Amino acid sequence: MTRISRRGLLRTGAAAGVLAATGLPLRAQQAQRGGKITVGLSGANTSDNWDGRTHSDVYMISAAQGAVFDSLTEVAADGSLVGELATDWEASADAKVWTFNLRQGVTFHNGKPFNADDVMESIALHQGEDTKSGAKPLVEPIVEMKKTGEHQVQFTLAAGNADFPYLMSDYHLLIYPAGQIEEAIAQGIGTGLYQVSSFEPGVRFVGTRVDSHYKDGDAGWFDEIEFIAINDNTARMNALLTGQVDAINRIDFKTEQLLKANPSILIQEVTGNQHYTFPMLTNIAPFDDVNVRRALKYGVNRQEMVDKILFGHGQVANDSPIGPANQYMAELDPIPYDPDQSKYYLKQAGLDSLNIDLSASSAAFESAVDAAQLYQASAAPSGININVVQEPADGYWSNVWIKKPWCACYWSGRATEDWMFSSAYEEGVPWNDSQWDSDDNARFQSLLVEARAELDSAKRRQMYGEMQTILRDDGGVVIPMFANWVQAHNTRIGTPDQIGNLWQMDNSRMAERWWVA
Amino acid sequence: MSSVAKIIGQRLLLGLLTLFVISVIIFTAVNMLPGDFAQAVLGQGATPEAVAAIRRDLGLDQPFLVRYWSWLSDMLRGDLGTSFAQANFATFTGNESQAGATVMAQIGPRFENTLFLAGVTAMIAVPFAVGLGILSALFRNSAFDKGANVFALTSISSPEFFLAYVLILFLAVLNPILPSLSNIYEGMGMGERLQRTLLPALTLTLVVTAHMMRMTRAAIINLLASPYIEMARLKGIKPMRVIVRHALPNALAPIINVIAINLAYLITGVVVVEVVFVYPGIGQLFVDSVKIRDIPVVQACCLIFAAAYILLNLMADIFSILSNPRLRHPK
Repeated sequence: MTRISRRGLLRTGAAAGVLAATGLPLRAQQAQRGGKITVGLSGANTSDNWDGRTHSDVYMISAAQGAVFDSLTEVAADGSLVGELATDWEASADAKVWTFNLRQGVTFHNGKPFNADDVMESIALHQGEDTKSGAKPLVEPIVEMKKTGEHQVQFTLAAGNADFPYLMSDYHLLIYPAGQIEEAIAQGIGTGLYQVSSFEPGVRFVGTRVDSHYKDGDAGWFDEIEFIAINDNTARMNALLTGQVDAINRIDFKTEQLLKANPSILIQEVTGNQHYTFPMLTNIAPFDDVNVRRALKYGVNRQEMVDKILFGHGQVANDSPIGPANQYMAELDPIPYDPDQSKYYLKQAGLDSLNIDLSASSAAFESAVDAAQLYQASAAPSGININVVQEPADGYWSNVWIKKPWCACYWSGRATEDWMFSSAYEEGVPWNDSQWDSDDNARFQSLLVEARAELDSAKRRQMYGEMQTILRDDGGVVIPMFANWVQAHNTRIGTPDQIGNLWQMDNSRMAERWWVA
Repeated sequence: MSSVAKIIGQRLLLGLLTLFVISVIIFTAVNMLPGDFAQAVLGQGATPEAVAAIRRDLGLDQPFLVRYWSWLSDMLRGDLGTSFAQANFATFTGNESQAGATVMAQIGPRFENTLFLAGVTAMIAVPFAVGLGILSALFRNSAFDKGANVFALTSISSPEFFLAYVLILFLAVLNPILPSLSNIYEGMGMGERLQRTLLPALTLTLVVTAHMMRMTRAAIINLLASPYIEMARLKGIKPMRVIVRHALPNALAPIINVIAINLAYLITGVVVVEVVFVYPGIGQLFVDSVKIRDIPVVQACCLIFAAAYILLNLMADIFSILSNPRLRHPK
């Protein structure tokens, strides 16, 4: 057995036990218990429920993983992995067998004590042939789950995966009480800091703080939390401006100035892994020619996209999906906007000019059509004539994405490199939206498998660096920009100095991490 | 009175036929929209296998007529069915009987909220509009009459969301009297509920006033030229009394008709206002359901909307008959 060291910090054993020490030293001094936060969130639906398998948007993620339920592990605001219901974990040398020690003395909201059975039954929810869980690919490699102690679980994987503890922090993988899962899903019974006091799907959720919790002193400062479903951008902003909610997610950039002008409102902005993309199908002409792909990569003005599409709320990306919230993001030499280079590569492909369709719709991201038109304008000088095809938003993901040779798309990003690559760049996976496989680059695919089982951090950094370079130079996805998470709260609410950038609203954990100032 | 009963019977039968036709139209229309429930719910994760799995579980792979017939036959037994979203959730737990929330249970509380908003609005708007109409008929062509007309026409000509934001600006942002969010929920006190409902109710009042007010004014002015009104004036009765006592009863029929149409609008047409004020009514549910192609909920909402129109129109006819002795006692 080897102890795993991630992010240069020993996150296991005693280190995870002192959450506060590894997290944010300032927090403990400023934060205090008491008061209530009311949050206006988008992404709510009348079909919302407490089944983690169905969760996909910020509203239910914040309410479930962010308040009512816990997972085995948690990604802290600084990106490090800390224990939640697990205290520490160990891997075998080949990263195939993982042993998790579970926290003792934890009880569910209905009084049931937490133990290894709960973990095994909860994870099993996502397994099986016809499960529709969003976390199915994460738990599929688990070939065996064993209870090795009242508070210890052992997972055996089909192949080594050094990121396995990270995967356990996924928001789908909530821990329910064994034997009472249906009841727990119906009523929302978890081990989280807040228990459900009222839940109207698509309207409102109110949680009250449990009396004592293992995170006491580290998180969970509010006595009461209320999440109001406000899907309309303007209504959400109005609610914040009139003080009816203390915080909102997803600021509309066009009206951001109004919020900025108000001294009692603070805008919070972090760059994470969310990126907007233009995937090309690399198995279809002309995109099967790497020179055509390169011509297109040099034909886009990335800074202009950040300025005009994101209104500056983002960062230029260089065709690699690994972003600032990842551990091994490589400092790639940027791809400049260079029509001459673009023309050169077009000539290498034996072409003087190129006529191609680019499909876009607001389903991909809000101003995807505008972005496609910017692309059209910037590629024109190199002899690339892009015909922007505006597709209907309905059915976009079924009828256009991975169907049309070139389209617009977005990814919210993943916590680890392997997770991102194995979702969208591994040979044969369903979401491989550029049909990127070993015919395009065999080295990439073999590195992907090799790096997954590698426990040595330095070697992984080097491998992931090489993979990012390959994607930048040869990859089939044009990724011009990372889009920031932009949210706002009023001065009544205090927040830690460091805000999570993996997902909006402090990784959807504002109910745990923020407080009444 | 038998004629009234006969009319009611005929109208109810016609109403049922109308509902049937509407259900066919809606089912066909939703079916023709691009994408279906499986694709809408899965979004970016819509792999062919996942789409097929959901379609199979919900019976969406059946032919169109089979699906319509099974919906219709359930419907005739008074079962509005289970929304696709809930049924899909039930297949997650692998226990179909746990499906719990039926369409009825989903729509019930939302519809109550919508009725509450419509009720509050009607209580403000109807007396206000009719009163304004009577006064502008009384002082017709005066500055007051013109002012009232300009006000009513301006508000009906502006889009609802614009009126809503103007009211929010003046009553919630600049003078924080009323809350801009109307998220009422179960267990809320009546006082607070009214306070939260007031802004959307005022917005809707502005929208529906013009129609009712101008109809009242026109109907009364029309009657003021009749000989019996002239007789009343010659007797020396005060103008206000002439209008309220002599003209208004005869003008009631058209006014009631307009009021009924506007009440129906308050139930069916409040989608935009509900979204702006985050009011948990049936309109928001309807929009959500159309978005994810949840046909059982869409159908149920449409039938409720259609039934509201049919019933309110029927009531308008009945009241006009009752208000008119000549119709009550036909020769």
